[in-house]
Amino acid sequence: MPEENGQKKLAMVVMSGDMDKLFGAFIIANGAAAMGMEVTMFFTFWGLRAIKKDVGTGKTLFGRMLGMMYGGDISKANPSKFSFGGLGRWMFNKMMGAHNVAKLTELRDMAVQLGVNMYGCQMSMDVMEIPQEAFIDGVKEPVGVGFFLLKAQDADITLFI
Amino acid sequence: MPGAAREKGSTMSEEIKVDLELDLKGLLCPLPMVKVSQNITNVPVGGVIRAVATDPGSMADIPAWAKSTGNEVLSAEKQGNEFVFLVKRVK
Repeated sequence: MPEENGQKKLAMVVMSGDMDKLFGAFIIANGAAAMGMEVTMFFTFWGLRAIKKDVGTGKTLFGRMLGMMYGGDISKANPSKFSFGGLGRWMFNKMMGAHNVAKLTELRDMAVQLGVNMYGCQMSMDVMEIPQEAFIDGVKEPVGVGFFLLKAQDADITLFI
Repeated sequence: MPGAAREKGSTMSEEIKVDLELDLKGLLCPLPMVKVSQNITNVPVGGVIRAVATDPGSMADIPAWAKSTGNEVLSAEKQGNEFVFLVKRVK
């Protein structure tokens, strides 16, 4: 068992790539880290872009197509409602800026800084042809479901976003 | 010196020595809590941070942070549009 110092733990799956859900995920992760918890974020499927740099990905035709159609980085995340081909993202960014809410990129960088443990899901990285090199610094080596379940089993809070 | 400088603050805050002032005005969730947590190690154990926020949610969040991390909120009060916290580093 890791640290028996009574440290609380949070384990989170981030499957969504939606702007609103990513806000939720990173705000909770940062809050938990600030409260002294050990935080694990397991990024899978649409969530992988949230930890990606703005680089092209994909090897095969389909992989490259996906890399183009769902490319870029976390700042390309659209809201789950009112997407309107990017207009919704623009509007929410304006509104959040006006209310002085931190940007998604800032929240994510803060999470790295606060020591939040971020992992890519190896299987979806393989399927989507996103290599570890495409991720930002601070993302740990890819893991699988067994690793996540071990963390989840040991955690006080588990979330699926 | 007690009672001389600040007349608006509570009697409590006048007696407590503040080691660090934190301006959290304009910051929204989760930043007030994150900033307090990042700065708590900048005061010695037993030291006090005086933090001023404008986010009403911080009235619930900063005490929750203190409870979770084993630190102490000596006072949390609304002064006009601001929320003033005295946070003591316990460990």
